[in-house]
Amino acid sequence: MSNALSPLPISASPKRKPEEGMDPMSSNKSARLSIVSEKPQQSVAPNPAEPLLTVRGLQKRFGSHEVIKNIDLEVSPGSVTFLIGPSGGGKSTVLRCMNFLETPSAGEITFAGERLCHTEKGRLHRASDAVLRRARAQMPMVFQHFNLFAHRTALENVIEGPILVLGRPREQAVADGRELLRRVGLLERADAYPAQLSGGQKQRVAIARAVAMEPRLILFDEPTSALDPELVAGVLDTIRSLADENRTMVVVSHEMAFARRLADRVHFVADGVIAESGSPDEIFDAPKNERLKQFIRSILH
Amino acid sequence: MYEFFFVLIPEYMPFLLQGALVTVQISVLSMICAISLGLLVALGRLSNLRVLRAVLAAYVEIWRNVPLIVQLLVIYFSLPQLGISLPGFWAGVLGLSLNVGAYLSEVFRAAILSVEGGQKDAGLSIGMSRVMIYRRVILPQALRIAVPTIGGYFIALLKDSALVSYIAVNELLRHGTIVISNTFKSMEIYLMVAMVYFIISFISARIVAHVERSLTPAYLRVAQAQA
Repeated sequence: MSNALSPLPISASPKRKPEEGMDPMSSNKSARLSIVSEKPQQSVAPNPAEPLLTVRGLQKRFGSHEVIKNIDLEVSPGSVTFLIGPSGGGKSTVLRCMNFLETPSAGEITFAGERLCHTEKGRLHRASDAVLRRARAQMPMVFQHFNLFAHRTALENVIEGPILVLGRPREQAVADGRELLRRVGLLERADAYPAQLSGGQKQRVAIARAVAMEPRLILFDEPTSALDPELVAGVLDTIRSLADENRTMVVVSHEMAFARRLADRVHFVADGVIAESGSPDEIFDAPKNERLKQFIRSILH
Repeated sequence: MYEFFFVLIPEYMPFLLQGALVTVQISVLSMICAISLGLLVALGRLSNLRVLRAVLAAYVEIWRNVPLIVQLLVIYFSLPQLGISLPGFWAGVLGLSLNVGAYLSEVFRAAILSVEGGQKDAGLSIGMSRVMIYRRVILPQALRIAVPTIGGYFIALLKDSALVSYIAVNELLRHGTIVISNTFKSMEIYLMVAMVYFIISFISARIVAHVERSLTPAYLRVAQAQA
């Protein structure tokens, strides 16, 4: 079964072990560390047992359509969480509620010790815009359709957030931005506009833009779904190299082999609830839920 | 023929050109006001303020569904009843600005909506505020998208400004009618007026096209080259 689930080149090797040569980010470890070490990875959560992100009783309705019925989940620091499941099951909406691109209908979301929203007497109370903006800046999202700023070069896309939101001096942002582009293998394309980049290149710039925020958590919304098949591997390699740095990530993806290899925890989302949760082995090798069994059968075809 | 070129033109063209200068002035002034107004109305209609949105939508609908000449007459003859007495020139600027502004607000709104969506989400997702996103991401792109259409509206405005002759603004067409009422040479004078309008309009169209090209940014040129 595990072989059948692993059609991609990232299959057999053990989890989280960087593969030299394949990985555009691992080519220069000292440079990578220099950026990583500036980041307060250790101070992410004072208590490592405390989850970085907690979602309780999340609900989301669009009009009369209930997309998310009731979702609870926790993301612990340094972990990689995958949300998998059938299309329309609500995975992306869960993700978009976490950073308030969608406002939940009900529920409680806590991020880095700060409550972003809670429900009291049936009414949702959301934190102030300033709090939400601060939270978003610490959990940037990578989108299915990249959503690069079309009028800015690759480098300008990456440095926009650090300069405008984090208030970094321009020279520092440029230096860091170029280093990030180098790590995603796109330094020589730093001055290219999005229209001049392939889908895979755009997505790697978008990942660099997210990492440039020095985030505590990165949200990935189907990062490879809009890519031509031959461009998928490069983007997955980039994401995996982030996992190798013990970054906290929540990933919505249809790449099951990738989920299996990278995930610490997998949630199967269907019909607006988490139908089953577990380690990749539990989910893929010993599914209990009927819908999950059916889903896994269907993706094996 | 001899009379047209060697008597009428030398005699009356300077007077017509004085009028043409007013035509250009009123058009440029009105266009500047209309662009500012149109952009503000577009932003207001995209805001979260429901009352503001409704008021602005009503403005756009009313102004787009009443003939310009009627709007000008209403402004020129009704405002004094309310105690606001505007000279013809400024009544003309007001009328043209409100009219073109209504149309331009729709141009700006469409341009903004064509950029919104994904890029706005991207801005939000790295902690940018709405104002930041508009200033840094959406408006720089939307305004450039709108430039060709704005240019087209300016050429149309130049010609529509002839209507302000009805509210006693001494612009090109009115100077023509003044000459005709003195000379009764209606065919020749109207022909001269037409020639002047053509030349102003033709030159303006060249200028607009040039501005359009120089404002096309690098990111759009590569996109077009690859399309």
